[in-house]
Amino acid sequence: MTFTPLKLPDYHEQNPEVAARFRRIRERPVVMKVRDLHKTFGTNGHGHVAFEKMSLDVHRREFICIIGPSGCGKSTFIRIVAGLEDSSGGEILIDGHPVSGPGPDRGMVFQGYTLFPWRTVKQNVMFGLKMRGQDTSTADAEARQWLDMVGLSKFEGAYPHELSGGMKQRVAIARALANEPRILLMDEPFGALDALTRCKMQSYLMQIWKKVDVTVLFITHDLEEACYLADRIVVMGTNPGRVLEVIENPMPRPRSMDQLISPEFLALKHRLDELIHSPAETEEKLHLIKLTQAGDEVE
Amino acid sequence: MGLRDWLGLRHELPQRRRLVLTILSFVIPLAVWSIVSYVPWIWHPLIRVTDPGGVDYFMNGMEIDRAAFARESANATKAGLKVPQGYRVNPVYFQPPHAVARAFYTAFTTPPLLPTEPWLYQSLGHSIRTIFWGFVTSSILGLPLGILCGTYRFFAKLQEPFIEFFRYLPAPAFGALCVAVLGIDDPPKIAIIFIGTFFQQVLVIGNTVRKVDPALIEAAQTLGAKGWRLLVNVVIPATIADIYTDMRILLGWAWTYLIVAEVVGTMSGITYFIYQQARYRHFDNVYAAIGMIGVIGLTTDMTLSWLGTVLFPWKRRTRKAARPEHKALPAVLADTLEKESSPPASKTATTNLTSNSPQPATAKA
Repeated sequence: MTFTPLKLPDYHEQNPEVAARFRRIRERPVVMKVRDLHKTFGTNGHGHVAFEKMSLDVHRREFICIIGPSGCGKSTFIRIVAGLEDSSGGEILIDGHPVSGPGPDRGMVFQGYTLFPWRTVKQNVMFGLKMRGQDTSTADAEARQWLDMVGLSKFEGAYPHELSGGMKQRVAIARALANEPRILLMDEPFGALDALTRCKMQSYLMQIWKKVDVTVLFITHDLEEACYLADRIVVMGTNPGRVLEVIENPMPRPRSMDQLISPEFLALKHRLDELIHSPAETEEKLHLIKLTQAGDEVE
Repeated sequence: MGLRDWLGLRHELPQRRRLVLTILSFVIPLAVWSIVSYVPWIWHPLIRVTDPGGVDYFMNGMEIDRAAFARESANATKAGLKVPQGYRVNPVYFQPPHAVARAFYTAFTTPPLLPTEPWLYQSLGHSIRTIFWGFVTSSILGLPLGILCGTYRFFAKLQEPFIEFFRYLPAPAFGALCVAVLGIDDPPKIAIIFIGTFFQQVLVIGNTVRKVDPALIEAAQTLGAKGWRLLVNVVIPATIADIYTDMRILLGWAWTYLIVAEVVGTMSGITYFIYQQARYRHFDNVYAAIGMIGVIGLTTDMTLSWLGTVLFPWKRRTRKAARPEHKALPAVLADTLEKESSPPASKTATTNLTSNSPQPATAKA
């Protein structure tokens, strides 16, 4: 049986609606400007390069996904944006102000569950508000609103250990958004969840993002996740970590899971596949000693 | 019910069996003690003389080594004298369970032999007071220092090497010094408990605080917490329950220094009672007093442990997740998701720029 590949459209092709949307995005102010940012671990110039010089402009309310195999420096990048790590050079400007150290203007949702176990769900959401110096009753009311938004009002008095993984991440999102950050950083936030829950969480995130004025920088290694969520996809490669391509997602919004069989999606995914799974990697043959006795070949 | 049900590697035991084993852990030593006490041919190395017979130095009620008794009996028989009579007993310092159990009560009700001596409850009170002040003074200094050492490299490097050295100096070695400096009453005793507790406390608490999950600190930083607020709002609450457990263990250590501390200067508290009772050869009271230290220690610890679950409810990890995140549906499609939970628009975006919404005038190309 011969396999004929589908005739896919070029992933650069955008329907007029999508093209118009990208034009509008480009006209919005730039929230985050990354200039020649690079990171090398170790000193004296012969350390390990996390990622080479990269530049990126992120516009207001844009949804950016950064995708790449492990070791491409995507997590290091987002941690530098968050201010949790120092860069080796270059700069990041948020609304024109250079980043120095972590701050509430950049909210972060981590892959691991980082809810404070000694605080109830509501108290977790109130944390940033209290740090900002809001009085308890105002913070309380706001926290309730945010919990309502992620659909967890019923659990405001529960402790994190009483929640499932997906619910914990929803609280973490509410907690980050309650601070009204300029940009929401998400470092593989759904990576630890099972496939079904992850699907649901992606849909929740879309709904939330529609209603909140926030720019999102989302790290993932899941191609479909990036296709489903992103406006633009930053594809990174390894050895050394670097940006391979920045792709404008041709899939129209609002998105649904049905689009995962549309030609735009397939074209995009095909391109991402090409970039991320370089032939050298996938073609690698394993040297195996034959341990089977039966005559049948498996294939 | 196979052997594996009881002895499977890391196999969880049902509650009934756990209870059985807990009871057994007390019953087995008690049984061994009872057997040695009550079964004459197990140990009972002495003979209590009931009739001296022809042996001139034997007296009624006298306790004598079995070998010596046998020798004298043989001599008496040979000499044609009356053979001495007696029965096997344990030495007076080995008291049977019933005597010790009785002493648990009578030790409290028996007035002291001398008017200057304290009652048992007064002795116990004195000991508890000594422990309390030793532990409190140690904690007032040790707790904050430990937290600082665990949080800031600066304090850790400045203090821990010296403390690491000092904790090897045995607290009792400071007894003479403490008496010389602080006199013979309670202060030197409190000082010994302090020395025995404090240095361990700083190191143990420092280590516990160091183990705080760095991800929690990072999360707090991205939420705008910094400096001392990070310490007060994240580091301390994140470790307070573990610090509390450390404190419970340290309190147990403080008790082990008690006896040494009470010998320093004028002997006092439960140690004085024990020495005095031993001098009177009231060994049942000695055992009871030692047992009381164990009972007080265990009760305190169990109370504190229970109090811990009240104070730190997030540490009660018995309950399961409040509800499963997803139902067992064969397919998860976006439209069903949309219907299932569309969050109300509580926080509407100030500018609504999504493609399916009306565009603000400025965004139009």
